[in-house]
Amino acid sequence: MQALFAQLLVGLINGSFYALLSLGLAVIFGMLNIINFAHGALYMMGAFVAYFLLNNDYLSIGYWPALIVAPIVVGIFGMILERTMLQWLTGLDHLYGLLLTFGIALIVQGVFQNYFGSSGLPYAIPDQLKGGMNLGFMFLPVYRGWVVIFSLVVCIATWFLIEKTRLGAYLRAATENPTLVRAFGINVPRMITLTYGLGVGLAALAGVLSAPINQVRPLMGADLIIVVFAVVVIGGMGSIMGSIITGFALGVIEGLTKYFYPEASNTVVFVLMVLVLLVKPTGLTGRAA
Amino acid sequence: MKHSISGMLLGAALAIGATSGAVAQDKTIKIGVLTDNSGLYADLGGPGSTVAAQMAIEDSGLAAKGWKIDLISADHQNKPDIGSAIARQWIDVEKVDIFMDVLNSGVALAVNNIVKEKNSILIDTGAATSDLTNAQCSPNTIHWVYDTYMLANSTGQALVKAGGDTWYFLTADYAFGHALERDTAAVVVKSGGKVIGTVRHPLNTADFSSFLLQAQASKAKVIGMANAGGDTTNTIKQAAEFGIVSGGQKLAGLLLFITDVHALGLKVAQGLNFTETFYWDMNDGTRAFSKRFSERMKNKAMPSMVQAGVYSGLIHYFKALEAMGGNPHDGAKAVAKMKEMPTDDALFGQGTIRVDGRKLHPAYLFEVKKPEESKGPWDYYKLIGTTPGDQAFRPLSESACPLVKK
Repeated sequence: MQALFAQLLVGLINGSFYALLSLGLAVIFGMLNIINFAHGALYMMGAFVAYFLLNNDYLSIGYWPALIVAPIVVGIFGMILERTMLQWLTGLDHLYGLLLTFGIALIVQGVFQNYFGSSGLPYAIPDQLKGGMNLGFMFLPVYRGWVVIFSLVVCIATWFLIEKTRLGAYLRAATENPTLVRAFGINVPRMITLTYGLGVGLAALAGVLSAPINQVRPLMGADLIIVVFAVVVIGGMGSIMGSIITGFALGVIEGLTKYFYPEASNTVVFVLMVLVLLVKPTGLTGRAA
Repeated sequence: MKHSISGMLLGAALAIGATSGAVAQDKTIKIGVLTDNSGLYADLGGPGSTVAAQMAIEDSGLAAKGWKIDLISADHQNKPDIGSAIARQWIDVEKVDIFMDVLNSGVALAVNNIVKEKNSILIDTGAATSDLTNAQCSPNTIHWVYDTYMLANSTGQALVKAGGDTWYFLTADYAFGHALERDTAAVVVKSGGKVIGTVRHPLNTADFSSFLLQAQASKAKVIGMANAGGDTTNTIKQAAEFGIVSGGQKLAGLLLFITDVHALGLKVAQGLNFTETFYWDMNDGTRAFSKRFSERMKNKAMPSMVQAGVYSGLIHYFKALEAMGGNPHDGAKAVAKMKEMPTDDALFGQGTIRVDGRKLHPAYLFEVKKPEESKGPWDYYKLIGTTPGDQAFRPLSESACPLVKK
């Protein structure tokens, strides 16, 4: 029984990565209508930027500032992508966006792999978050606890921004009817660019969070992205709350699978996806298009 | 008229004789490096294996003696079906004479069958499974660098002797992991220890915390990692986070490469014990080769034992071909010649190749240095024990290989 609780907690921790990543995907899909396959590559870039900030002779920026700086740097990279490539796809079929972003992901990963190999680079846990506490039923590393709390806060803040603020209302309106919103004097293309930057920034933030736990590897995003897509599909494409809840829930389910039948832990998410889509093709919280 | 006809016949006969003479001295070789060029094992084999093969070709000096040597490389993506398809295409279409590297036990066992069927050659330097020279041995295959029996025998025995008599295995769920777990468990039991549990994880898993918690809860003294590459580095990193080693359990790296230690950094990897058959800083010969190798690598990496094996295996292959004088296309014949000749190169020293295809050389037990002990980049290992070649590997008396006459 104790072991079961431990697995639940570990699942929740992994779920917070799924939630952060799928949140960014959902924001981008909901607002831009683009299936952002480059999300994994941008997550990886976040981790690499944190690594460079730490190991650069001149900057030597540690973990805490990297949590802010890395998402901004990668977010700007994302906005450049949006301005130079993605914006030309407005109004076209989803497939074009998917292919373009998939290509971008392959190029980015290829370039990183060419220079840094496949086994990755070390990134230490910041001193303040080292060690762990004995909860009785398990040993909880402080850093993992921090990841859960921090990503929950970020998820809720993002949901609040989009669903409850005036800015979010503009955004949602702009995706419904851009011509009308533009008539009110709002710069819609700039809003779209900033939104993409926000989604990408969330991916990079997850990357920085994961750097001390996983190796900083060029393929770290590629390994994760398929699972995250499954999370978004199960949660309902573009639904913000759906992707947050599904992210955490799937982390827990995956953790339990690792306990009861470890061999299936990489496939359980996809089995669930099939089941959900059979029953409710729009996903758990999605609305029919 | 009669004269001219007989003259023509004579001329024709001479011409045929000349061409058949040319066939007798066919000196073209095609080498195929089949490896993981993009996945979790790409650093320990991958492009570095191709660099090592290129260096072997240059150092052999065969080109100056009129040989024509081609080198190709492909990515099997760690999938046996893709590896098999490439192997068939290489033999049938590309006319590849010899396969090098072929890491990943699943792929290696598949390629092993094809190579035997088509009478080509496999010098495997990357795969770990000891089945390649045991039940599935072949007259066309040589297993060059290491295998699961040797790793188990060296690292496993040393750890049980040091007091680690209860084991829990974290095993990669495919041919390699199963073989390594099986061979190590046998050694543990034979040495008086006990295996109290196993958890099998899918290949290429990012998060090991669930598995580590189960291993921790088992209270086993040793947690044996029967996985490799990125899986091992992530396991070690996360084990540190969950306080496994500081809690009193010992983490055993059954298969660890220098590229893994480099990726982890000494802070995390320090103190780990494991076995390798090659380390760049052993002697002048290994240092000279490794320096040249590293200069050719994009990230200036030192060679892993897999890459060093590609060089060493090819050097021996070239020697055998030179002794044969040409015609490298009969795989079994060339392998028989290689088994006849003793091996000797700067990287692995002197050795032999056994009848079952097992290459014999010493196995070294290393410990990873503490950060303060390391004098510079890639200065990572302390040698703590050496097992001679004839004791390191599975004895022929225990072999299930059909080539071994009993």
